[in-house]
Amino acid sequence: MFCEKAIELIRELQRMSDGQLPAFNEDGLRQVLQEMEALYEQNQTDVNEAKADGRAELIPSIKLRHCCLLRNQRCLTAYLYDRLLRIRALRWEYGSVLPANVRFHMCAEEVQWFTHYKKSLASFMRSLGGGEGLDITQDMKPPKSLYIEVRCLKDHGEFEIDDGTVILLKKNSQHFLPRWKCEQLIRQGVLEHVMS
Amino acid sequence: MAPKQQGGRVVTQQTRSLLNISVNILGIQLLSTSFGYKMDTLSYLPVQPGVGMEENFLSLDDILLSHERLPIRTECSFPRLGFLEKSSDTKDITEGTKMELPLWLSKGLYEKKRRVLSVELPKIYKEGWRTVFNADPNVVDLHKMGPYYYGLGSQMLHFDSPENPEIAQTLLQTFIGRFRRNMDSSQNAYNEDTSALVERLDCLEKALFTSGQSGLNSFQSWEKGQASQLTASSLVLNYRKRKINDLQP
Repeated sequence: MFCEKAIELIRELQRMSDGQLPAFNEDGLRQVLQEMEALYEQNQTDVNEAKADGRAELIPSIKLRHCCLLRNQRCLTAYLYDRLLRIRALRWEYGSVLPANVRFHMCAEEVQWFTHYKKSLASFMRSLGGGEGLDITQDMKPPKSLYIEVRCLKDHGEFEIDDGTVILLKKNSQHFLPRWKCEQLIRQGVLEHVMS
Repeated sequence: MAPKQQGGRVVTQQTRSLLNISVNILGIQLLSTSFGYKMDTLSYLPVQPGVGMEENFLSLDDILLSHERLPIRTECSFPRLGFLEKSSDTKDITEGTKMELPLWLSKGLYEKKRRVLSVELPKIYKEGWRTVFNADPNVVDLHKMGPYYYGLGSQMLHFDSPENPEIAQTLLQTFIGRFRRNMDSSQNAYNEDTSALVERLDCLEKALFTSGQSGLNSFQSWEKGQASQLTASSLVLNYRKRKINDLQP
């Protein structure tokens, strides 16, 4: 049956329903496009034959191949679109700089899309708050206090806060830091929020 | 409103009410999630499956649903496509062949005047199984009956079977019958192994169950005062788990 490879791509994404980005299946994509080309060629010859010889009984086969082409198109579009949704989620979860292993899973066009999205988001954020700018990726949960107690989960080197003091983030060290500086690191799993 | 006696309008009304119910339920459960705070994984919002007889073009769930196979009978011949039919070795598919085609192909080829193919109802939507469902919907293992019982049933209504009103009615009544127990278990199974509760549910019910569970977990952590605790993003944690697994041989 046609379109088996296309449904494989969809199943691959469905397996990771929590929003992780699997590697870009370039091979699979190419196979689906080849199948579409083959179907299109067969349909072209059949249409020409049907028109020239007046063989109307070829029409159901032409319709069937056309359905397969539409199905492949649907699967590919859904595959690419879902990957873009996952990449968009990465901007909100990880921040603007993606770790290398994640970037490795994206194809060149997706990296380009990510850069464009970052730029759009940044210019939108700058335009908020009467031209002063507002970082809407911060404060995902309503803040209860300005400063929070955090514990370091792994070595992250030196960290500078707004008044110039440099803090050394060593594993298991605890610090009392401003909330807006730590939020990004907490989300990335470097720091842990300690509730007393 | 005066209902039409057969076909289209009554059927669509019934399936619409079926899915209105589930959409309202999802709405209620999403409200309970917003009790405390947004969960991290709400950054990834996949395209939701379509409601009732419609499919969403980009929804992964709908694409997998329409991959299910249906028994059909061809009403015309398909020249040069004999290789699709595994049982015989002919060059063409002849008229009157009984074979199985996926739902997407059946929907694409189906025409009202029945010149191309006629779709037979899968046995779970036929008279026999319908009486079982009407008798007691709670005992049935919907996961075994094809994981997309409600979805496939709603799509079958496209094929103008004379039994459409009864099929729609059975789908609706089964959902209503099972709903109470599903909602109850999803709202009360806290910190437990839920595999026994989930294994007999079909995909729509599983989605409702999961959203109920996430609402319950959010509420419980809000009660404990953990709602204001900043947490690592679950996407990040999952990537880290995968990396460690890659390193281990």
